[in-house]
Amino acid sequence: MSVSQSEFRAALLDPAAPVPEGLLDDQARPAGRRFSVYRNNVAVSLTEAMHQAFPVITKLLGPQNMDGLAGIYLRQHPPTSPLMMFYGENFPEFLAGTEQLAHLGYLPDVARLELALRRAYHAADSHPIAPDALAAMPPEDLMQARLGFAPAMQLIRSDWPIHAIWRFNTDDGAPKPEPVAQDVLITRPEFDPSPHLLPPGGFDWITAMQAGQTIGRAFEATTARTPAFDLGATLALLLQGSAITSVTIERPET
Amino acid sequence: MLDDARRQNRLPTAPGVGYKPQHYAEILAQPGPVGWLEIHAENYMGDGGRPLAQLRHLSERFPISVHGVGLSIGGEASLDAEHLARLKHLVGWLNPASFSEHLAWSTHDSQFLNDLLPLPYTDATLARICDHIDQVQETVGRQMLLENPSSYLAFSESTWSEPDFLREAARRTGCGLLLDVNNVFVSATNLNYSPQAYIDAYPLDQVGEIHLGGHDEDQDDHGQPLLIDSHGRAVVDPVWALLDYVLDRSGPKPVLIEWDNDVPDWPTLRAEAERAQSALDRIPA
Repeated sequence: MSVSQSEFRAALLDPAAPVPEGLLDDQARPAGRRFSVYRNNVAVSLTEAMHQAFPVITKLLGPQNMDGLAGIYLRQHPPTSPLMMFYGENFPEFLAGTEQLAHLGYLPDVARLELALRRAYHAADSHPIAPDALAAMPPEDLMQARLGFAPAMQLIRSDWPIHAIWRFNTDDGAPKPEPVAQDVLITRPEFDPSPHLLPPGGFDWITAMQAGQTIGRAFEATTARTPAFDLGATLALLLQGSAITSVTIERPET
Repeated sequence: MLDDARRQNRLPTAPGVGYKPQHYAEILAQPGPVGWLEIHAENYMGDGGRPLAQLRHLSERFPISVHGVGLSIGGEASLDAEHLARLKHLVGWLNPASFSEHLAWSTHDSQFLNDLLPLPYTDATLARICDHIDQVQETVGRQMLLENPSSYLAFSESTWSEPDFLREAARRTGCGLLLDVNNVFVSATNLNYSPQAYIDAYPLDQVGEIHLGGHDEDQDDHGQPLLIDSHGRAVVDPVWALLDYVLDRSGPKPVLIEWDNDVPDWPTLRAEAERAQSALDRIPA
């Protein structure tokens, strides 16, 4: 009686399925509970991975609810790679599609924030430009400049106060979240990523810069939608977070 | 088959520990008898950041053993080429003292199950894992050590004993072996055979590294002891005794303490390494 890995796997992920025939104890009796060791190893290790990956979601839901969700999630979305550091990529969409959680509309975006923090943690190292490199440039050059960004930098746009929710659940002294939309910038000055609240327009301007616009063009496009856009404050966040890695200037042709 | 020049296991015959980031500063400041460190390959396959920076720094001070837990050598399908490439990259830049993987499978249909799952010991399994080991050693460019699993059940279709199966895999591929003494104890208890008889049948001359770890105790449906390889506590006395039995026959080997869950503070882990040093000290040179 041979047991294929398809059969083994199917029984592993379905606790109600019978243990495949051909799996035995030392006296050639059906393996029974011995098979549950593998079921348990898979479920416990993947549940534990979800707790570690999403500490704020775990805190918001409570550890027991998180256990339950992780158990459903691992059967719908088993890992597709042995790199457990990236497990949980589909969790925001999974949360968004879970009807019982519809009243907690901010959960998917908080999960996206936690995923982005992990991506930032494992992203490639990079060398930032000198903090005064932009300040030293003549304004007309600055407006023509294009910027390169650190691989660790991450942007998250949300209709919810995700930065405030994240802080409230990670920092004892943080104020209670107010119901506002928040865009978040994650920077990693050395090894520890941290999320920052972006000023209005900051997300649009950085996104335009990532697409290869000049500082001047991106500024015009951003202020057209957000007249109060504060370029200085946005640049300060990027510079303090070692997120700008290159400045290139293309002078207009004469 | 690998030529002799590539049989480059360079681990010292000293105690090693499974590296946990929370021990980083203390390992460097107070290593005690710890002469080398083992890492799980998959935890160092990100692009950068603290894990790789710490590993680079530790590798200047300690020989490193790269221990893969995700290659699925025993998988029915082909090896994951992307994962193999990541392994090649890691072993390439780190140039570790040793590289090892498991006699197990963990991936099927592109689903990674995050556990070391068991294999029937048949001619077909043997042929398949030998092909995979050849491919790994060819790609990574060095000898691999193959580790014996913890068994909780048996396959009715098996026709090989585990020691014979491992001996034949090593003979065909030129791979070395990683002898997990706790796994032998766990499997022998669960499947009701003598761990000493297993060691007597096992090709100790192929061993490049020994593992020791803690296990949990449970019972099967019939009230028989069922030991579970948890790596979550200290090594128990009968496993230390089995280590002595091995070392008396094999001579000195690199001995690793694995403690992956409920990770203790550094002095507790170092005390386990000190006990491994005592076991090595009692073998006549």
